[in-house]
Amino acid sequence: MSLLSIFLIVLCIAIAGHFAGRSKALSSANGKASGLHSLPAYYGTYVLSWALFPPMALMALWLVISPSVISNAITSTFPVEVQSLDPAKTSLIYGTVESIADGLRQLNPDQITEVSKDISLLKPLLAENGIALASDGEAYMVTSALTMISTQNTSRLLLSIFVIGISLLCAFYAYRKIEPRFRARNRVERFMLAGLIAASTIAILTTLGIFASMVTETGRFFSSVPPTEFFFGITWDPRFASAGDTGSAGQFGLIPLLAGTLYIALVAMLVAVPIGLYAAIYMAEYASPTLRSIAKPLLEVLAGIPTIVYGFFALVTVGPFLRDISAQIAGIATGDVANFIQAQSVLTAGLVMGIMLIPFVSSLSDDIITQVPGAMRDGSLGIGATRSETVRRVILPAALPGIVGALLLTASRAIGETMIVVLAAGIAARISINPFEPMTTVTVKIVSQLTGDLEFTSPQTLVAFALGMTLFFLTLGLNVYALYIVRKYREQYE
Amino acid sequence: MNTNIKQAEIDISDQYEKMRGEKVNVSYGDKQALFDVDVSIAANKVTALIGPSGCGKSTFLRCLNRMNDTIDICKVTGTITLDNEDIYAPSVDVVELRARVGMVFQKPNPFPKSIFENVAYGPRIHGLANSKADLEEMVVTSLQKAGLFSEVKDRMNEPGTGLSGGQQQRLCIARAIAVQPDVILMDEPCSALDPIATATIETLIDELREKYTIVIVTHSMQQAARVSQNTAFFHLGELVEFGTTDQIFTAPIDQRTQNYITGRIG
Ligand SMILES: Nc1ncnc2c1ncn2[C@@H]1O[C@H](COP(=O)(O)OP(=O)(O)OP(=O)(O)O)[C@@H](O)[C@H]1O
Ligand SMILES: [Mg+2]
Repeated sequence: MSLLSIFLIVLCIAIAGHFAGRSKALSSANGKASGLHSLPAYYGTYVLSWALFPPMALMALWLVISPSVISNAITSTFPVEVQSLDPAKTSLIYGTVESIADGLRQLNPDQITEVSKDISLLKPLLAENGIALASDGEAYMVTSALTMISTQNTSRLLLSIFVIGISLLCAFYAYRKIEPRFRARNRVERFMLAGLIAASTIAILTTLGIFASMVTETGRFFSSVPPTEFFFGITWDPRFASAGDTGSAGQFGLIPLLAGTLYIALVAMLVAVPIGLYAAIYMAEYASPTLRSIAKPLLEVLAGIPTIVYGFFALVTVGPFLRDISAQIAGIATGDVANFIQAQSVLTAGLVMGIMLIPFVSSLSDDIITQVPGAMRDGSLGIGATRSETVRRVILPAALPGIVGALLLTASRAIGETMIVVLAAGIAARISINPFEPMTTVTVKIVSQLTGDLEFTSPQTLVAFALGMTLFFLTLGLNVYALYIVRKYREQYE
Repeated sequence: MNTNIKQAEIDISDQYEKMRGEKVNVSYGDKQALFDVDVSIAANKVTALIGPSGCGKSTFLRCLNRMNDTIDICKVTGTITLDNEDIYAPSVDVVELRARVGMVFQKPNPFPKSIFENVAYGPRIHGLANSKADLEEMVVTSLQKAGLFSEVKDRMNEPGTGLSGGQQQRLCIARAIAVQPDVILMDEPCSALDPIATATIETLIDELREKYTIVIVTHSMQQAARVSQNTAFFHLGELVEFGTTDQIFTAPIDQRTQNYITGRIG
């Protein structure tokens, strides 16, 4: 039975339970809803919740656990010499067995018997059914695949029986409990609570899962490259890792990438913060309601432009413009028309990223500034302060924690930005203090290490995880610092 | 429109007129909130503005230091004078006017700063203090005048928002006093406070009257009777009756005033 049909059956039971519960409640109160503790629909929902959620939870659990149980069972049917191979190879063989199993499902029993007798028939037969095998396969694989098929079938059968059975049992249990004084409303509340908790648990667990996999992969990277080389190395030259050549030494110095990241982010912040903040102050404190009602949505639309578009803008317009203008300036100053700003440079990337961040800064800050109570404004204006004095001495200090938070959020965005950098600052990992030259960032290198035909166990690939972790801790640090600032000022002001 | 306003002119004519409103009309967009209001604010007296909710008391009060300028849709016509000078004249510096006519609001609104900084705010922006010691002295005298100093002298650097409601309101009064205004406008300064804090502030208002001219909006008849010398009764945007507090409360001329003070108009 397919998962969908199991689900549909359970859903039917639940809906039937809903109506049954409702009508039982009503009839138990002689048809008068006022004689019930809760509204009739609550009794229905109560039965529905019981009939739906426990079986669904069981199904989810089963689907999470059964693959690994089955895979253990199947692996143990492999010949001993196969089992003692290294884990990567075993898992490769397991994959082959899985596709053989997929293929065998489509064959009729006669063909399966033939294949079991003559393994050389396997590959062509499966190919006819659209399943391409990498190797010819071996006899034990077919046996294992058959075992796999039967185990999976049993598992699915058991799943169907259990899930539908539990649904029926739960529905019956809930239905039995219905009587006029039964507090269905409060019980439904508990199901709501359980649902909310489940949602947040999923959110937290996935985050933890991602984090854990990052940590293990990073650990594998550091087992082949010492952390000191990574964190303090000043050369980024990972070389290529061709398959089978895992030992090839590259240099994985983080410093040039980190420097590029921070430098570009700094330039971007220097552009975005003053302009964005002043725009926000103007919008929140000075602009007329009409202007505000036009400009604010406009800014929000700007904030939604994909960054790649800004990347084009940098590549096609800003970069060449800066290059040409620098050539002219140099021409006037020295007589030698040589551009000192390169088309791809930290400046270009920072500038364009800054432009991208302006709406972000201004829209966030504007929300925060307008949240400062009007009473503050009146209090200050009412004793003769000008508007700008009020903004500077009362509004901004009151809004400061929020604004700092917004700025740090913006900084994390600047640090995580990739597309603009690729197009505007290039992919050359260099250390330089000259903003007119190309540099690159951590995110760009993560992308370039993970694209292309690479072996997934080589340090060349694994370094991406170490870079990712570094970024993660960088932004985490920023966020913690933001929280600290916010706390500090809260304590002082509230 | 205001032909039926009966003013007990004789009773207040002996007092120096600090502020005066003549034919003041105010509208918010299309909606007119005040109709030809004439009021005279006597120096070193407490003038109470009373009347049912929405009758325009706050609107009138806000005209007196041009706080209505901050509301885009608000239009004010007529003349309002301070020491016989029109405060709506183009040459008037609004910021300076508000320094002379300070305002205390209904809800205490201390700034998110320390107690000291709250009071020092006005002197700082107006450059009133010549030295740090000067500023400190101003803060201390203002707090003393507002009757708050003894309660906060050990915690001047703690946030003003950490005080109780009544203390916060006195802090706001101290903040207004620190600018050394001539007139202090108070819009229901006690409505967010408990009876004890209210009594403290009422005593304070009575003391402040010696140095300042005070205009107070209140919903409490008793409060108006206790603290004010003159009273103006507003109804539906009109000034119905204006005179000494004694006269308004003991011998109101207009029927509407009578109804209001005896509790028949809400
Ligand atoms: N900012 C504003 N925009 C539009 N209309 C306003 C505004 N402020 C006040 N009004 C209107 O002006 C009229 C007078 O309001 P005002 O606040 O002066 O009344 P009030 O006498 O102070 O009332 P209360 O005793 O409830 O404070 C009311 O009808 C009110 O709706
Ligand atoms: Mg009011």
